[in-house]
Amino acid sequence: MTVLKVDNIVVDFATRRGNARVLDHVNLEVNEGEILGIVGESGCGKSMTALSIMGLVPSPPGNLTSGSIYLEGRDLVGLSKDEMREIRGNEIGMIFQEPMSSLNPVFTVGEQIAESVRLHENASQRAAWERAVEMLRAVGIPEAEVRAKSYPHQLSGGMRQRVMIAIALACNPRVLIADEPTTALDTTVQAQIFDLLEELQKSRGTAIVLITHDMGAVAQLADRVAVMYAGRIVETGTVEQVLTMPRHPYTEGLIACVPHLQPDPPEKREPLLEIPGVVPSLTELGDGCAFAPRCNRALATCTGRQPVLKTEGNGHATACWAVEAELENV
Amino acid sequence: MSDTANGANYLEVQDLKVHFGKKGATVHAVDGVSFTVSKGTTFGIVGESGSGKTTTALAVMRLTHITDGHVSLEGRNIGALDGEELREARRAFQIIFQDPYSSLNPRQRAADIIREPLDLMEIGQPAERDGMVSDLIKQVGLRPEQGALFPHQFSGGQRQRIGLARALATKPSLIVCDEPVSALDVAIQAQILNLMANLQEELDLTYLFISHDLGVVQHICDEIAVMYLGQIVEQADRRTLFTAPEHPYTKTLLSAVPTLHAARGDRSKRQRLSGDPPSPINLPKGCRFASRCPLVEKQCHETPPPLRAVSGGHFVACHLAG
Repeated sequence: MTVLKVDNIVVDFATRRGNARVLDHVNLEVNEGEILGIVGESGCGKSMTALSIMGLVPSPPGNLTSGSIYLEGRDLVGLSKDEMREIRGNEIGMIFQEPMSSLNPVFTVGEQIAESVRLHENASQRAAWERAVEMLRAVGIPEAEVRAKSYPHQLSGGMRQRVMIAIALACNPRVLIADEPTTALDTTVQAQIFDLLEELQKSRGTAIVLITHDMGAVAQLADRVAVMYAGRIVETGTVEQVLTMPRHPYTEGLIACVPHLQPDPPEKREPLLEIPGVVPSLTELGDGCAFAPRCNRALATCTGRQPVLKTEGNGHATACWAVEAELENV
Repeated sequence: MSDTANGANYLEVQDLKVHFGKKGATVHAVDGVSFTVSKGTTFGIVGESGSGKTTTALAVMRLTHITDGHVSLEGRNIGALDGEELREARRAFQIIFQDPYSSLNPRQRAADIIREPLDLMEIGQPAERDGMVSDLIKQVGLRPEQGALFPHQFSGGQRQRIGLARALATKPSLIVCDEPVSALDVAIQAQILNLMANLQEELDLTYLFISHDLGVVQHICDEIAVMYLGQIVEQADRRTLFTAPEHPYTKTLLSAVPTLHAARGDRSKRQRLSGDPPSPINLPKGCRFASRCPLVEKQCHETPPPLRAVSGGHFVACHLAG
């Protein structure tokens, strides 16, 4: 069942250099108990997609120009601030990259979880505290009763991220948005957090939107993936489809340019594949494909018209003129 | 020919200790680290936060104090140098940093940033230096006219190129690289790693490469040391470390990296650490990894395991290895 549906949203930012279209007709669907990965480089719009879903696009200068966001069929676009506040936390939870700066340093972590419970449910102070301790236990924090009385600075980075997850899940949301949840953490801690997210998704049926730059994280955790570039989705499909049979030249580059850990590394070191150039400025996008200037397969059509997502029979969709031409010729 | 002359012991670090704080509350950031690096190769140090990898790098650079131990470069004890002698010696060893945003002066133009070491070290005649700067700029893949721009006018990858050009200005033979690509977008990391590999070949550079990213380390390093709580727990050449790791910590670290072809839900092969590392102030008597080790035995809590050879060039600090 589709829990969250992002329908053709467009987000514009007014800048000194003109209008920047940070999200350009983005469509996404997440089903119950499913993990959707959104990958791309800085500035591709992946975090802005998360903020749009949460109704947190800074306005001004930002503006959700058109489109809808459906949570279990209900359109969130156009809801009042109070209505949206009810949704956040209750229905959609979010965890951020830096757990230290998202926690309040002057309250204990137990109080912060309890606060979110009391804000959203009519629970007594005592019941809320008990729920906080229970949540800390659920996210795998040992000696939860003792730890609930700790302040954020007394916990390690991994513990703090567990607390953030506990706050986000305290009210049992339908959707959890995880924006680079492990980027600031050590590798072994990242693995623990991934296990935890996977377990929560299985036991609670939470739909998770995982925003990351790490294809490895997507491979490990996600069911489906959307690759974003310059505010658009350029490729989407199941993790298997996109990672083992990438169609879009950008996805191919993104996978090949990273030195992935290999169990049996070759004797000789090969140069890494490079994606030449840099991400374009969003105020200077032309009519063509935004990736064309960096693309090794660009055709004459690519600079003239923007490609749209074309779906193959199996649901694997790509927005690329070169791929489209190739698939037609087969 | 001695080992030093043919480059086998180009950089030698012996029983390096860097402690911070006062008596009773001493942080043992680096606690008895030894390794040697051959000329023209890349030696990687991997570890998680608090393992002491960056402090080791800073001590080699003489950017932090050395509590005990020796650091020698081409047979010269750089750990004992001071004042003007140390400043002169720095020509031979330079560093590039993780964050290309905070490591360049925002008020200086790129060409001036790169020129500064030439002026300070009085390299070449002043009139020649402009030409040297534009050669350096070209060497790192930028255009000479970009030297007139300020750091904020460059992307992160271009800024890291400027940092590299600055490091290369004094014609060093050793470059310490502290997480040089961690702050860059994935597509840009490849550009910098390829550039570093080319420069190494061209200029016969030796890199001491600090990173937490095992994929990057596997790609660029010839020899790798794994650090945990201030000590090296395992060291081997690139192939051996990744195909036949011996230390339980190394094994856990390798299994924690999400790989592209990880079978989802196949949890059986994953090894997970529980708990946090012990405090670097109150270190355990025995093995520092014992409290989190899946294989722990009684002796592990009692005697610290020495770093010993399990096969040629493969060193492990574990009672149970080999």
